[in-house]
Order: sequence, then C-alpha cells, then structure tokens
Amino acid sequence: MTDQTIQTISRDPAPTAPAHRAKARESTVLGLTRKDLTLLIVVAILTVFAPFILNPFPADSALAQFNAGYPDLMQRFVIFGIFAIGFNILFGLTGYLSFGHAAFLGVGSFAGVWMFKLLGMNVLYAIVASVAFAGLFSVVVGFVSLRRSGIYFSILTLAFAQMSFALAYSVLTPITGGETGLQLAKTDPRIFGQSIADDGNIPVPSFFGLEMRDSTTLYMGGWEFTLNVGYYLCAVVMLVAFYVAIRIFRSPFAMMLRAVKSNQQRMNYTGLNPKPYMLAAFVISGMYAGLAGGLMVSMDPLAGAERMQWTASGEVVLMTILGGAGTLIGPVLGAGFIKYFENIFSKINQATLEGWFSVFPDGLSDLLVTLVYPFVGKGWHLTLGILFMLVVIFLPGGLVQGGQKLATVFRRDKNANAVEGPAADQRSQAGE
Amino acid sequence: MDAIILQILNGLDKGSAYALIALGLTLIFGTLGVVNFAHGALFMIGAFCAVTLSNVFQISRTVIDETRTDFLGNPLKVEIPYVVDWFGESAGAAIIDWAVPLAILFAIPIMITVGFIMERGLIKHFYKRPHADQILVTFGLAIVLQEVIKYFYGANPIPTPAPEAFRGSFDFGTMLGFEANQILYPYWRLVYFFFAAIIIAGVFAFLQFTTFGMVVRAGMADRETVGLLGIDIDRRFTIMFGLAAAVAGLAGVMYVPISPPNYHMGMDFLVLSFVVVVVGGMGSLPGAVLAGFLLGILESFASMREVIAFIPGINQVIIYLVAVVILLTLPRGLMGRKGVMED
Amino acid sequence: MGILEVRDVSKNFGGLKALSDVNLSVAEGTVHAIIGPNGAGKSTLLNCLVGKLIPDTGSVSFEGQSVLGRKPHEINQMGISRVFQTPEIFGDLSVLENMMIPCFAKRDGAFELNAYGRMMADGEIVERAEHMLEDMNMADKRKMHAASMSRGDKRRLEIGMCLAQEPRLLLLDEPTAGMARADTNNTIDLLKQIKEDRPITIAIIEHDMHVVFSLAERITVLAQGTPLVEDTPANIKGHPKVREAYLGEQSGH
Repeated sequence: MTDQTIQTISRDPAPTAPAHRAKARESTVLGLTRKDLTLLIVVAILTVFAPFILNPFPADSALAQFNAGYPDLMQRFVIFGIFAIGFNILFGLTGYLSFGHAAFLGVGSFAGVWMFKLLGMNVLYAIVASVAFAGLFSVVVGFVSLRRSGIYFSILTLAFAQMSFALAYSVLTPITGGETGLQLAKTDPRIFGQSIADDGNIPVPSFFGLEMRDSTTLYMGGWEFTLNVGYYLCAVVMLVAFYVAIRIFRSPFAMMLRAVKSNQQRMNYTGLNPKPYMLAAFVISGMYAGLAGGLMVSMDPLAGAERMQWTASGEVVLMTILGGAGTLIGPVLGAGFIKYFENIFSKINQATLEGWFSVFPDGLSDLLVTLVYPFVGKGWHLTLGILFMLVVIFLPGGLVQGGQKLATVFRRDKNANAVEGPAADQRSQAGE
Repeated sequence: MDAIILQILNGLDKGSAYALIALGLTLIFGTLGVVNFAHGALFMIGAFCAVTLSNVFQISRTVIDETRTDFLGNPLKVEIPYVVDWFGESAGAAIIDWAVPLAILFAIPIMITVGFIMERGLIKHFYKRPHADQILVTFGLAIVLQEVIKYFYGANPIPTPAPEAFRGSFDFGTMLGFEANQILYPYWRLVYFFFAAIIIAGVFAFLQFTTFGMVVRAGMADRETVGLLGIDIDRRFTIMFGLAAAVAGLAGVMYVPISPPNYHMGMDFLVLSFVVVVVGGMGSLPGAVLAGFLLGILESFASMREVIAFIPGINQVIIYLVAVVILLTLPRGLMGRKGVMED
Repeated sequence: MGILEVRDVSKNFGGLKALSDVNLSVAEGTVHAIIGPNGAGKSTLLNCLVGKLIPDTGSVSFEGQSVLGRKPHEINQMGISRVFQTPEIFGDLSVLENMMIPCFAKRDGAFELNAYGRMMADGEIVERAEHMLEDMNMADKRKMHAASMSRGDKRRLEIGMCLAQEPRLLLLDEPTAGMARADTNNTIDLLKQIKEDRPITIAIIEHDMHVVFSLAERITVLAQGTPLVEDTPANIKGHPKVREAYLGEQSGH
C-alpha cells in the first residue's frame, strides 16, 4: 500500500550508482521536490477554484442538484480532508488502525466552542485550542493504546473513544452539553469580545472581523457561484495541513514510521525504540483531527457528543481507505468523494428516480426505480458499505491505485512497442 | 444482600448475550484467524428472524363477522391469521404466542446458510490478508447487512413479546428467604440464561467429544500441522463459521423479548463483545464465556444507584475501563493463549 | 575475561528446562560457534543474550556491563547486533532506506522528531549508507524494493545493516538456514571478509557443520540445555561426546 509514496523505490535495479547519488540531492522548493510541489499546486488551484469547478450546472437546470459548490458542503470537503490527512499519517505510515479518532475531533470541537464562550468569537482561539486539547488528549490515549499492537491497539482506541462518547453524553454534560450538545449563549462571558452582538443576537465566528458566514454570490449567465469566507479559511488551513503532511511523508521521521510498519523486530534490534515514533505519529494525527473539529465549530459553533461515536471514527477510516491509505492525495480524494456522494445520494428521492427513468417503458421504469431506490436517499449508507467492501476486496490501494491501474493500461496501449523497463519506471512514477 | 443478588441476576442476561457473541467471535478467531466485525450483524439477523417469523404467523385474511358490529353498526371486519385457519383456534393461537421460541428452528438453517455464504464468498479470500483488511471488509459487510435490515424493517425497534407463559416475573427473594417482591426477576431472562448455558455447554461438548471438534481444536492449536495430516481443515472451518453464525443468531432470536430489536443492535453489541473477547483473552473459548458473564454482571453492578452516586457515569464506561486495565496488566487477557494476534 | 560472559544462566518454560547452568565466555576478536542438536537450547540462549527473554537465574554481561533487564534496543546500543534465522529487513523499504536506518541509529539512537527535514537531504547518513552498500557489493540494488530480493541478497543486506552500526559483537542465528549451497558459500566468504576487515567478535549459532568448520575458531557444543564441551574445531571434530549428542539426536528422529 505504501510503495506508491516512496519515490526512490523501483523494482528494477538502477543501472549505475553515481547517477542516483546526484539525484539524491535534487533541488527543492519550500522543501518539496518538483513532483510534490506540482501536486501541492494542483490541489491549491482546485481548492481555490472549487466554488466554480463544483458548480458546473446552471442554477435552474435539472442537473443543478449535482452541484456541490455551496459553502456548507465545500467546508465539509476540506474539513474532512484535514481529518483524513491526519488519520493517514498514522494509518498510512505505521499501519496502526485506530478506531477512535473521532474522539479527538470531538475534543477539538468542544475545546473550540468553549473558546467561543470564554474568550471571544475569533476563530483563531478555537483553532489553537482545539489542536492543543486534542493533542493533549491523544498523548494520554496514545500512551496507553500504543502499549499493544495489531487488533489490540484497534480495540483499545475504540474503547477510549466509546468511553469518551459515553462520558460526554452523560456525566460530562456541564462541559459537553450532553444530549443537546454544547451551544453558545448570550450569557457567555467572551472576555475578549462581546457577549451579545450589536444586533442583540449571539455574535458569529469571525477571523479578525471577517465573518465566517459572509458570502458573495456571482451570477454569470445561468450560473451562480458562492464565494464564502468560511470556506476559504478552511481551504487555506487545509492547504497548510496538506503541505505539512507532504513534508512529514518525505522526512526521516516518516522513514522511521514505515520501518516500524515494515518490521518492528528489526527496528528494535537496530537500537531504535519504536514507541516514541509511534506516539509522535499518533499525537500528530490526533492534532489534525482536533484541527478538523476546531474548524467544524468555527463554521457552525455547536458541538455534540455524537461526533465522537465510533461510527464517526469508522467514517474517517473509510475515507482514507477509499482514497488510498499511505498516499498523499488519497485521503483528500476519499473525503471529497464520500462527502459529495453522501450529499448527492441522500438528496435523490423516489420522484427524482421516476423522472430519470421515465424515458423507459412503464414496466421497465418501475422496475428500475424499485431496484435503484434502496441505494439512494436514506439508503446511502448501503451504497457506502458496498463500495467500501468492493474497494477493500479489489482495490486495497483505493482510488489512487485505481487511477494508477487505469493510467498503466492507458500507457501500455500507447507504448505497446516500448520495452518493459521504461514502462515499469513510469508505473512507479505514476504513484506520486 | 438482596440488592447484590438482584444485580447479579440482572447482569446474567446481558452477560449471556455477550458470552454467546464472544464465543462465536473467538471460534472464528481461533479457527480461521479472522477478525470478524460483522459478527454483531449476525446477532441482529438472528433477532430479525424472530421478528419475521412472528410477522409471518400473523399474516391474516380479513373476514366479515356478521354476528358482531363496530360502533357505527356496520358488520365487523375480523383478521383471522392463516395459522389459526390451518391449525384450529387454540393451536393456532399457541403457535403465534410461541413465535419467538419457534424461531429457533427457523433461524438455525438460515444462520448456518448465511454463515456459509459469508465464509465461502468473502472471508475465505481474506485469510492471508492483514488483520486491518479483515476488520475493514467485515466492517463494510456489517454496514451493508444493517442497512439491508433497516430497508426492510425500518429504523424503529420492533417489540416482539415472549410467550404468555413466560411473561411476568419470578420472585427469587421468597425462595432465598427474603421478603416477597424484594428480588423480582422476569421469567424470560431466566429462560435466556438457561438457553445460553445450554448452547455454551453444547458448543463445548461438541468441541470436546466429537472427532470433528477434536480436529477443530487441533487446528486452532496448529493449523499447518493438521493440514499436513491430510485432513481437509478448510471445509471444517467453514462449518465452524456456520456454527459460530448460528450461535450468534440464536443469541439474537432469544434476545428479542428482552429488548426490541433495531437495525443497529448488532453494532452496539459488537463493540462490547469485542471488548469481552479481548478481556477474556484472544483465542480462549472459556475466557470469552467467563469474561462475558463477568462484564455483564459488572455492568449491572455499576448501574446501581449507590454506585453511580459514588462515581457518576461509571455504568457507561465500566466495561471499557476494565478492558483498558486488563489489557495493560494482563496483555493476553484473563485466559489468553500466547501468540494469538500478536503480530 | 571475554567480551561476552554468560554465568550460570537457566531458563525454564513451564516444566521444561530449556537452559540449565549455562556458562560461556566469548573471547574478544574471535569467531565463536555454538552448535548442538535441535532443542538443545541454542535459540533460547541467543534470545537471553539480546533481551528477548530474561533468564530465570544467572547473569549475562557484555564488556563488563550486565545486559539483563535491558530492552532489545538498549542492548543493541551497547554494541551487540543480531542477524536472524530468516532475514529480518524492512521489506517495504528500498535497499538504501534499509541501510539508512542503522546509520541513523549509529549516529544518534535517541528519538529525534525530524518531521520537517528531507529524508534524502541528510548528506551524512546517505553517504554512510551508500558507502556501506558499496562495501556489501549491493550498490546496484540500492533502489530495489527490499522484499523483492533473493534470500541471499536479503541476508547480505541484513548483515550489512548490522555492520553499519559498527557493533563490537555480531550474533548470527543460523545465517545459512534454508539457503542454496552457492548462497551459503557466499555468506561464508562474506563473513570471512568481515572478520578480516574489522576487529569484530562474532558469535554464530549454526546447524550446518560446513559453515561452522569454515569459520569458527572456538566451538561450544550445547546439548539439552547445558554446554557439553568447548574447544577448538579440530578437537571438536573427533570428540566422542559430540558424536553421541548428534547420533542420539538422529536416532531420536
């Protein structure tokens, strides 16, 4: 699963050593190689223009329901992208499958809302606090859970997450709001801000005066594009998080983590203690989850305990696997994919289906509606489960691996006469 | 004293369910080396077998009873279940009343079939894959199964009663010399406990005294060697999977009157059953049973008002807390074997 | 006083006596082989030396310091490297990366959170790793996926990784087990070369007498958990007790 991320690996022996030695000191920009920089730039362009790219259909056309360019959904894309990028730092590099990462997202969310209540509505407070608290919590959970490996580790993280959820839902109600969730109130102190805004309402989250909910809508012909402050804040944070993840993946630290994944025994007998590396990876990924939680409450300042439930942890596992664990772009793709289809599929109802299939004769159309209906609307989770199984069974490397396979087939056709050597080389390069 | 006895009794039925699910999980671990996250779904399917049979028995035809009228004076429409038609008034009513226990007969072939299909169709291909992959694919399967059930049965719990004869409670207190109504215990929970005990005893006897069980136990200890003896271990393991599925399914069938089944009950029980397996010791059948009852009873004690007043919220987290402590102090659980799942 | 001193070490598993009162002294700069029939306790002894097992009684010291109670990675940092029966390498990493990790461990075994630097930008480590690969005649395989190499190459890489840490004592656990004759001979030559180039002490557990007699300067024969004899290869060859131990094993099969 990881080999596509390792640019130095190829199954073909290198022709001469000196040539590669020169390559070892390739030039970098911002500490990234050309290939990584290209990836970062492509992702940056896509996120900046997402409001346009995701709204390809005119607002009043029948296909407008496939548009995803509205702020709420785009915010979810990038926030869950951050969550999955962080999860991938743990799972992708070390192979340790945590089933409790939602707990860190939850802790981050609660910390964020508390900052809004105590300090003020600047999202900076929330973001900093969410990362810090999630980090602290993950030190504790990681320290205990990492004493075991394999399935035991998964169960321990699951146990911690369920414990946090149960406590947040019951005893910790004064801190977490219990069943109703943690909400802002006019009576909150907000010592660096106002308890009540000038219009008499609870103030809204902002970034030095820039309100998160502010949007500008551009009308171009039949098209509508919404540019939202909150989305762009999340997008910038996501790009920074993505950049940091690339740096981590290319660092000696990541090499150590991959070594732990590959052979913990050899690691021990090489005089290296794997524990601190694992704990560092766990805490970093916990902080990413906390960051996602902080951004979530910055967009919508309320947090509920159900955010910590293990099904929520399962979701981030799903995103990472679906996109491609161990790859850089995979988790972001997976998060976008799942959140997009969740949104689209849940919106399709019986009437929509009848509309689509009305071109067929009556009997056939009814049959098609009956067959498809269980998988859409409320049945989205069914589709998701099936998709998930298919990916694990046939495409353990996720969408990224799927793309590579397609690319390989395509290249093979094009260079039918080329020798196998260069083809294999391209294949390994396609991994980036 | 009476409160303690009551809590122990209260813990027994949940403990029985944990023990039965954990037993199946352990059988699958031990024989196939697979971590089955879909095992909770099998428990749920069992429960819905009972619901289905109960519904089937109540399929009725509508007749107009001229002798009676409704409040508007029109002839009354009466629903007569077909079973009543076929078996007569009293026998038919008894069948409907006994739908849940009868569902055992109905559930066994279904669960075994489901188990076989799961093993041959999916799990088989994951023997050599990493545990993480096994967890993930069975997790996906669990989602699919629960969504299918949700599609057909809706999201709300479906109450399905126990037979008339087992409704009501049994006064344990008077038997033990306490005053009346001190220790009341619903009959059905008692039935559930004995049922679980019989199944557990049956599984152990099967493994202990049959040749088949002997081979399976040998295979659990050392799969390769048994394979070398020319015994078709794979086929036996498939049967074991069917058996484990049936155990989980029956646990579900009989649990229906205790708590109305819904589509996510499998997941709820799964998480706890996994904790049970880990506490008992991965790969240890007695460990799974022991830990199941132990944790069920502990959970019940932690729900006592006095305990909650002392440590708020303890009832919610006791099982997880115990699991964390056990895993950190006894790395292999209460009765775990060396080397199981320790890669 | 040898570089490695084992004093009265015993280890029981349940009721089974795996080791009883083992005494062993490995002299600095020698190649010392430990041989014995299956079940003689060779692997148990080795595991006691590297911290994987803790003996019930007795002491193990390396360069005068006790190794007991230390974790494997701590014992390794004292200067003991171990080669396993089946090559233990980082299969998912490239050959060069495999070599970089011990180089890193040699420089500073302590945890270092370098999550911002570039893996390949650490000139010192890359240089050392490349150098070590050239020493091992593996420079042409530097980009290969370690798991995809032949067993002989994996063994060569593993030995190279151990040497990259510049250990004072190299422990080898049946280094030629399951190898073809040609690979076995290559490994023997490699070990001879290593011994010539460095002032290293080698302790080797081996089943293959060809390997033992090609390399060892001293041999300890272990049987049923106790050392039977310790002598030079020439003397061991004709020793009646050794024959008995081996013949006993063969008739037991």
